[in-house]
This record gives sequence, C-alpha cells and structure tokens, in this order.
Amino acid sequence: MATRIDVTPTIPDARAHLKLKTFREIGGTKVKAVHIADSYLIDTDLPKAGLDKARSSLSNPLVEESTVARQLPKKFDWAIEIGFLPGVTDNVGTTAKETIEDATGKKFKEGEHVYSAVVFFIDGKISREVAEKIAGTLHNPLIQKAVVYSANELKKIKNKPPVVPKVKLSASSKVLEVNLEVSDAELEEIGKKGIKDSHGNYRGPLALELDFMTAIRDHFRRLRRNPTDIELEALAQTWSEHCKHTIFANPIDEMSEGIYKGYIKKATEEIRRNKGKQDFCVSVFKDNSGGIVFDEEYVVTHKVETHNSPSALDPFGGAITGVVGVNRDALGFGLGAKPVANVYGFCFAPSEDTRKLYRDSAMKNEMLPAKRIAEGVIKGINAGGNQSGIPTPHGFMLFDEAYRGKPLVFAGTVGLIPKKNGTRKLYEKKAKVGDYIVMVGGRVGLDGIHGATFSSESIDAGSPATSVQIGDPITQKKFSDAIAKEARDLNLFSSITDMGAGGLSGSVGEMSRESNGASVDLEKVPLKYPGLEPWQIWISESQERMLLSVPKGKWKELSELMKRRAVEVTVIGEFTNSGRCEVSYNGKTVMDLDLDFLHDGLPKRAQYTREPNYRGTAVYELSIHEPNKKELTEYVLKMIGSHNIASNDFLAKQYDHEVQSGSVIKPVQGAGRVTGDASVFRPLLTSKRAVVLSSALFPHYANLDPYASAAAALDTAVRNAVAAGASLNHLAILDNFCWTDSYNPERLWQLKEAARACYEYATLYGTPFISGKDSMFNDFKGYDAKGEAIQISALPTLLISSIGVMQDAEKAVSIDAKIAGDLVYVLGHTENELGGSEYFRMRNETQGAVPQTHGAKNLKLYAGLEKAIQQELVASAISVGRGGLAVAFMKTAMAGKMGMSVDITKSVKDVGRSDLALFSESQGRLVVTVAPKDKERFEKLFKGQSFEKVGTIGGTAISMKAGSASVQVSVEDALTAYTKRFKNW
Amino acid sequence: MENRFRGSVFMQTKMKRNKKNIKVLVFSGYGLNCEEETAHAFERAGGKADIVHINDVIDGMKKMSDYDILAFPGGFAYGDDTGSGKAYGNRMRNHLWKPLMQFIESGKLVIGICNGFQILSQIGILPGAVTFNESNRYIDRWVDLKAEGKSPWLSGIETLSVPIAHGEGRYIAPKKVLDDLKKNKQVAFRYYKGETSTYQNLPANPNGATENIAGVLAYDGRVFGMMPHPDRNLFSVQRPDWPLQKERAKRAGKKLPFDSDGLQIFKNGITYFG
Repeated sequence: MATRIDVTPTIPDARAHLKLKTFREIGGTKVKAVHIADSYLIDTDLPKAGLDKARSSLSNPLVEESTVARQLPKKFDWAIEIGFLPGVTDNVGTTAKETIEDATGKKFKEGEHVYSAVVFFIDGKISREVAEKIAGTLHNPLIQKAVVYSANELKKIKNKPPVVPKVKLSASSKVLEVNLEVSDAELEEIGKKGIKDSHGNYRGPLALELDFMTAIRDHFRRLRRNPTDIELEALAQTWSEHCKHTIFANPIDEMSEGIYKGYIKKATEEIRRNKGKQDFCVSVFKDNSGGIVFDEEYVVTHKVETHNSPSALDPFGGAITGVVGVNRDALGFGLGAKPVANVYGFCFAPSEDTRKLYRDSAMKNEMLPAKRIAEGVIKGINAGGNQSGIPTPHGFMLFDEAYRGKPLVFAGTVGLIPKKNGTRKLYEKKAKVGDYIVMVGGRVGLDGIHGATFSSESIDAGSPATSVQIGDPITQKKFSDAIAKEARDLNLFSSITDMGAGGLSGSVGEMSRESNGASVDLEKVPLKYPGLEPWQIWISESQERMLLSVPKGKWKELSELMKRRAVEVTVIGEFTNSGRCEVSYNGKTVMDLDLDFLHDGLPKRAQYTREPNYRGTAVYELSIHEPNKKELTEYVLKMIGSHNIASNDFLAKQYDHEVQSGSVIKPVQGAGRVTGDASVFRPLLTSKRAVVLSSALFPHYANLDPYASAAAALDTAVRNAVAAGASLNHLAILDNFCWTDSYNPERLWQLKEAARACYEYATLYGTPFISGKDSMFNDFKGYDAKGEAIQISALPTLLISSIGVMQDAEKAVSIDAKIAGDLVYVLGHTENELGGSEYFRMRNETQGAVPQTHGAKNLKLYAGLEKAIQQELVASAISVGRGGLAVAFMKTAMAGKMGMSVDITKSVKDVGRSDLALFSESQGRLVVTVAPKDKERFEKLFKGQSFEKVGTIGGTAISMKAGSASVQVSVEDALTAYTKRFKNW
Repeated sequence: MENRFRGSVFMQTKMKRNKKNIKVLVFSGYGLNCEEETAHAFERAGGKADIVHINDVIDGMKKMSDYDILAFPGGFAYGDDTGSGKAYGNRMRNHLWKPLMQFIESGKLVIGICNGFQILSQIGILPGAVTFNESNRYIDRWVDLKAEGKSPWLSGIETLSVPIAHGEGRYIAPKKVLDDLKKNKQVAFRYYKGETSTYQNLPANPNGATENIAGVLAYDGRVFGMMPHPDRNLFSVQRPDWPLQKERAKRAGKKLPFDSDGLQIFKNGITYFG
C-alpha cells in the first residue's frame, strides 16, 4: 500500500513567505498565512522501521519536521495540492525513491515509484472560487493536477488511502497493417489525422501530405505489401519538416539546389576554400553540433536550437527540455564533447499584452498569459543550465506582440573536445557492423509522441498519460559525465548521437547509415511503465537518452562503468550492413525498411516565391515631429528603459555564469551592471585562450526588408564579438531561422532574401556557418476573446549567433567607461536609417529606411578595431544597436558609473534631424573609449575611415549634444530608468 | 553535539609531508559539478588531486584513508531534490560514515564548497543548516567575506571576494549553536560590504544568512564548509572589475597578476601538511 510522508519547515519559510505575497494579489488581505508541505507518496511496502528511515532521510531535523501521514498545520482554511499527472517526469519523486532505496536497502519493484507533490495550506477566509483561482496560478493543467480541499474535506479524507497517480495503459502490443490501397482522399485523411487504432480512433497526425503518402504507397506496392503502423510512423517522423528541413532542402524558384545548399552551405564551402591553410572549421553541418579549432589540441563546438511550440504549451518543461536537449548536441558531437557554456534567447510578447486567446472554438483551452509563459521559460532555462553545471554567460530577451501566439525560445550549447585520443580522432565517428546498438539514460514513456497534442483517446481514459516532456538534468548529468569524462577516453564506443526528436526512430535511423544497416529488438527497450505499443516505443521522444554504438568486446567494460555511475544502459540490437533498418518485437518483424527509401525516398517539391507589395522604402514622409528639449529627455529615458533595451540583470543573476571557473567578460558588466552584447569565457582551465560568444537579430526590420534585416543580424553578431576581443580570422556563425506560414510564397520570398544576405555577408566577412536550425511554422491559429478565429504569426526572425576564439583572455574588452578624461569615439557612419527602429516604433512611425549593411566598409573598420584591441588601445567598446548612439553612449557611461559629454552635431548634418541622429540604427558602428595618451596610435589605425572623436568621459552626468538639441541626464537617473522595467521579475 | 564538532587535542598533530605528495580526493557524481575547477585549484596550489566518484569509494575501489584532504565541491547533487545536499549526504552517511569519521579523527582536512557545504551539514559534521535564500531565488553574484574563525584553511586570509551561486545558501542555526560558534571561533567567514559589493552596489548579505555567516568550521577548524566559491576566483580575469583594474594597472605601468585571491584557501590546505 502507498504511504505518505509529509515534510514541513520548522523555521520561517522563504518559499511560503513569497507565496503569501502572490496569493494576496488574488485573495487580498483575507489571506493571513501560507504553509507549505512537501509530500511524498511512496508506492511500495515498507515496514515501520523502513518508513522511519525514509522519513529521516527526507528531512533535516534542524529545519524541518516529517510525519508518516498527512501533516496539517494548526490553522488553515484551504489546502491546494499540486501533483504531476500520470506519466509526467517527476524528478523530485525519483530522487526520493533513490534516497529511500539507499537508506533502507530495499529495491523498489518494477512499476513502484515515489510521487512528489506540494501542498499549500492557506489560513484565510477566502471563497472556494478564490482558492481555485490561486490553484490556477500554481499549476499547468497539461502536466499537473491541482486539488483544492477545504479544511473539513481534507480532515475527512486524511486517513483514507491515498490515490496513486500511476499510468495504466491498456495497449494490445499489436502491430497493425495499414492499408494504403485506398482512394487519394482516404490517403490524405491518414496523412492528416493519422492511423486508426483498433477502436477506429485516429492516433494523431502523421503530417504527411498527399505527395508523400503516394510515394509511400508506391514504394510498398513495389514490395507487394502494405506498411505496418510502425513503418508508417517511422517514415512520417523521418520525413517531417522538423527532421528533413524540406523547405530549406527543396528547390526554390530558379535554385534547384534549394536555400540550404545554395546559400548557407555554399557560403561555408567557399570560405573554407578561400582560407586554405587558415581554415579553422573541423566538422561542419554533418554532426549534432558544428566544430571549429580551439587550439592545437582542442576543438570547440556550438549549436543553437529552438523549442518554441513546447514552450508555448508548457513553458517550464519546454524550456528545460530545450536546454538539456541541446546539451546533448554537444555530447553527441564527434565521440562526445563536454558542454562548457549555454546560451539562450527569448522572443516574448510584453506582459502588458493581456489578450485572451484560445486554442479551440469552444474557448475551453486557453493560452497561458504572456507573463506566465515568460516566467516559465525563464525558470526552465534556469533549472536546465544551473542543475547541469554548465555556465550560461550569454543570452537576450526581445519583445513584440507578434510573439503572443508562439514565443521563440532559443537554447544553445558550446562544447569542448580534444582533437585526438592517442591516434584516434575524436571529432569523427563511425558505427561498425556488428557493434551493439546501446540506449543510454532515461526510460521510454509516451512523452512527446506526435508532439505535444497527443490525444488521450487511444489510452485508458481513466489515466491519461501526458505527452509533454520535462527535462531531467540530473539523469543526463550522470551519463554526460560518464561519457565525456570517462567512457570516451577509454575508447568504449565507436559512435554516439543524441536521441531527441524522433527518439529511437530518428537516432537509430540516422546512425545506421554509418554501418549501412541496423537490427533492433524492440522488447529490450526499458520502459517507464508497461503497456506501450511497439510504434510508441519506436517514436517516443522521452528525454535524456543517447544512442551509442559499442563494439562487442567493449560492452562488458562499458556496462560495468555505467552501472557504477548509476546510468542505465541497454543493448537493443546490432548494427548491420544489410542496407535496411529492421525492427522486431518479441521475435516478430514489425519493420523492415530500405535505408535509402527511409532517408531519401521523399519526393522533392517545387517552391515558388512572390515579392510582397509592401516593403520599406527610403522615400517616405516623416509623420513625427522633432521633439523639444523636454520631450527628447523623456524619450531618451523611455528608450533606455524600454523592453528591448532595459537591464535584464535579473537573468544574469539567476543563471550561473561562473561555474566551471572560466568567466571573463560577464553578461552584465562594470560598476553599473549593464547588459553587454558579447560574453567571453575560458573553457580550458590550463589555457589562456578564450571563447567569445555573441548573437543578434532584427526581426523588426524583417517585414520591411528581410535582406537588410538578415544582413544587420549577421553584421551585428560579428561586430559584437570583435568589440569584445574576437578575431575576424577565427570567427564562425550559426543561423536559426524562425519563420512563419512558410508555404506562403510571400513568406518564402522573405526567407530567400534573408538567406541570400546570409550568403553574401558571410562570404564577405569570411565567417563560415558551422551549424544551423530552422523552425518554419511559428504561427498560432486559434480564437480570440470573442470566439473569432485569429492567426498570430511571429515576426520572421533570423538569429545569428557568433563564436570566436581569442588567444589571450586578458585582451578582452568590456563595455564600461573606465577612467575620467578618456576620449569617446564613434566608429562608422550614421545615416537616416530608422525603419523598424526602436525609436520609430516607440513613436508609432511605421515607415522608414531600414539600416543597410555596407559590408566592405565595415570589414575594414572591424579589422582596425581588432588591431587596436590587440595593441591594448581600447578601454571600452560597445556596438551601436537598438536605440542608436544615444543608447550606446548611455550604456557605456552607466556601466562605468561615470559621466560623459559628447557632441554628434556632424552626424546631425548627415541625417537631417537631431533626434534621428541620436536614435538612428545604422549598422557598422561602435562607441569606444580610449586613453588620451593613446589618441594618435588609435586614430592612425582608422586613417581614411569613418570615425570621429565626439567627447570625453567624466563628471556625473551624461550630456549629449546633437546640433541645436541637447540632452542631459545624470548617470543615476539613467540607471534608475534602465533598471526599472524588470526590477521585480 | 557541539563537542563532536570541536574534536580533541591529540588529533591536532600535524602530518609533515612533502608538498607534492599531498593527495586530495575531490568527490564527484550524482550532479556535483565543480570537481574539475576544485581539483585544478588544489593542483595549482601544489597538491595532487584525484576526482573520484562516490560510488568508487563505496565500492572500495578508492580509499579515503589514502588521501590527506577530502573536498566536496559545488554542484547540484540530485538536482537539490528533497533539499540541497540531502540525498548525497545520506549516501555518505549510509555507506561511508565510519571511514569518514576515521579520516577526520586522524587529523586530516575536509572542505565543502557550496553544495559541498550543504552536503557536510546534511551529513552532520558541520553545525547548523543551510536553507532557501530569503528571496527564494537562485543567485549568482560576487560577495565579500571577512575571515573570523580559527582554522588552517584560513591562514593569512583577512578578507576575500568570491562569487556565490546558490538557491539554498541561507545559513541558520539555533541561538545556542551560534553562541558556541562564536566562542569556539567556528565562524569561518561572514559577509560584509567590501570591495565587490561596493563596486556593484549590491547588499553585503546575499541570502539572508543568520548573522551574515557564509562558512563554518568544526573539528578544530579542520572541517570547513562555505557557501561562496573560492574555486571561481583563481584567476584575475574572473573578477567582475578586472577590466577596470587592468586599465588602471596598465596606466600605472603595471600588469594584472595572473592568479587571484581564492587560490589561498587551497594553498592553505596543502601547506597545512608541509
């Protein structure tokens, strides 16, 4: 029988204190006190002595008390219990189970677990309705269950046996044959709604369109049989947009090779050819991450992923799964790179956007509010990175109402791996014929099958298991350490890959190409709970798993090592050279697919683009008046505190960026703790070398001019890195396209334009793409508060991330002004370019010329800056980005907590108006400070280029003169405005 | 209970040894994650550090008695689930209690940093407890510490600036224990408004720790736990103000030193035996 152990704090509880505050926001002052109990439901038989041991190992007597039974506080009116739905990853429960096993020496039986829950006791005469409302803020109904009890209700059931949230499946383990010899309409139906189960219910979308379905039917017609359900599911998964990136791969207009080969990959190939011996790429586009040279002995890798749709549904789970997922892309590089840094990026709707949105026309399935999404995502990145012991030195937040339907959540990981172990190259791998196929890490459940909209119809309605994945960083940390710090260097496996999207189907399918075949016994796969059907086991996206190819002779050593590291490893089959992927279940073949067909059988589709009518233009009539002095001051302070510019120190403070002891340039810099655009860290304790990370995106330019938007992103990502000390000769980039409505020819035109800019600027700058990922449908289709159908598309968003290597960390440059009397320079030229700028959007001006990127000119300027930094002539440097010169000046001053006096009257003459000169977002510019004694040496480096000495550092005020206009704000006032917006986040 | 934490006189006999032969066992496993920098710090301080998975000690493949120093590094053992340090501390208590006590009683040194401190206090070999930060938030920032207690680990250290990174770092203890700590010189460090918290205008006490306590001692100061991370201030370029310090040094014709203050703790551990 299951037993409950409750643990409650005996000292003032910080958690309860904060909850009291938030509960009062809903229930008012009627809410008098909050008590929190951690509750463990132990689903195994334990004798009294065992229960006592369990109890004492789950509590610390100095600060907590524990009871074997529900523990009720003396005074309470309501209790809200939050527990997980059946089948949802319960990390606390797992640790409690291991703790109890260790303390009692008793192993739990198969299927026995500990289920964790948190109980909030509320002392206060509030109505049930208010209590329910509070419960609503405490849980996400997709993954958790909230039960509200009045004091009396709870006292009544106190001694009744608790209900165990166990998953019960009534699966038949049967493999179905799917008849494809049907009409086109029926084929289309199967592709759209999925295979029908034995009860005649659809299992969920295959997302295979008619041309794909027809290709599959024709293939099986040639084989004179119908496919099994598992074969069809495997094809759907392998051919999905998510895995095959068909939009990037298929021909588009005149480009038969498609966008990826014709622009992105081509850029890298050309750059590598041109660099010749200076080529620093090691492994690009073919592995889980891209790898470049770190030094003679090491390779540094990078990969940036998105996790948008899952984060919209379950922000915490989606984001944490995003981080730990991309960590596996480092671990899956070569024979296992160690993750050494995480990066993040969020595109959210502002929390002021309180529109109510529904996924269904009945308006029952409500979208989470923008603020809840942001909070959950932020927390997920926190848990994923911090718990894994990987520093998070760099990231960004960007806001726009267009992200209300779907937030964009970027998560990236940098890895480090030695080039060789003896004579063996560690950045290459190959599964060999006869190697065992080995699954490492977590067990398989229903997680993530058919994405997050898995319907519960096909399983026992009484206990639906949820399909939303939640990351478990500790399970992953255990195998990550065992693989990258031990097994790899003992040569215990010949290949490794991540098991992410598509689960076993994706990873076995992918790795089997290395040996040209695989044979899997599906019943050997360890399951979270019994009753999964074979197709579910094959495509489940249960997290925290890797796939290894292990030579038979190494299996004993590997399995023993993993056992000592508390990591589950299982042989599930063998690599072959049959040219086929064969899967059996209890001895019966359930899948037998030709590898060529599985990977390359999907028909090509032609894509066509159409230029939209509306685009930004340089010729426009300005609708906004020139501000007077008072207004200008107001705008400057409003700008520095605006969503996309204000301090996000609260993120830097909660994301550990010091772990692994390599921090050099931190996410917030200087005495004023101002957010920088690039971070620098040393991934190797014994080397002075450092890695520079940055990123940039300008989605607000994209609808006006997608080419310029992409060029600006690339230019800024490069410029930010150079400003922090990176070298142009050792700088690589990554692309993440998050597009919308991508079958629409106008969207495709934008996409193609953006990709064209990527090709042109990457080749010009000599910065190769080493890895990329795209997400093509960031659209929300649902209903608004009136029940009317609504579509919200994200802005076409291209994130460019940069990664560079610098030889000496000590040459890194921060953004803060340092010494009074230093000279302030603007590098680059300011033009009237404010289309899509922060200033125009602040003033509701919708037109304007989007900043153009003058690559050749910029390149020369950056080379000069790189030299100046190498010669240690630069005291501080910052890119001019959102908010233009005004913001760059202010950030420099605020970071140094020093005043500054500058005059940009010359630029006003070029631009035409003082406010436009201050806020123009022309690309290719930087603000740097230089010691007076270095003036000549510094200026000499920029001879013949566009640069200007505009002022000096000193005093306590920031004073900016622009023609006849001028603004003066104290550093203190500026910092107050800058830090206000997210102060209480 | 307090007597146990103090140890006894005969255990204080120092073991003289060649510096190079001082062996440090740095624990790993189950989500600890600062083992590499902690080992690096001890090696840089002149010792010989081995990173050892706790299960290899439990299995008898490695013996604590072969080492001079035990280090419990920072991390997120078991994801802090059920309370930070609890599950790993239980594992130590359940399987290694005896050899751990023998190790301590033989006059050797133990250090626990951050999660390591939480583990030591959960094992019950350091007085008091650490619990949720007052803000109930994970915090990464720099703090300034004033050394106070008597311990070989603190030789020559008056103040120290290092980062913290924790969600459960608020030290608490009953009044009686606090009084004894003071009396017996068992408070290792207290937070104070020093160089870095003044530089970035941050409150001195980051987590609401009772009486600003950041670290405590037991067994004549040989067993030492602290929430802040000396292993994250080994190099000058880790300091939040290093670009400013470098600029100042440069203009005075000087260079930024390579090593930084946190290293002294690890050096103290090694020189205790030398």
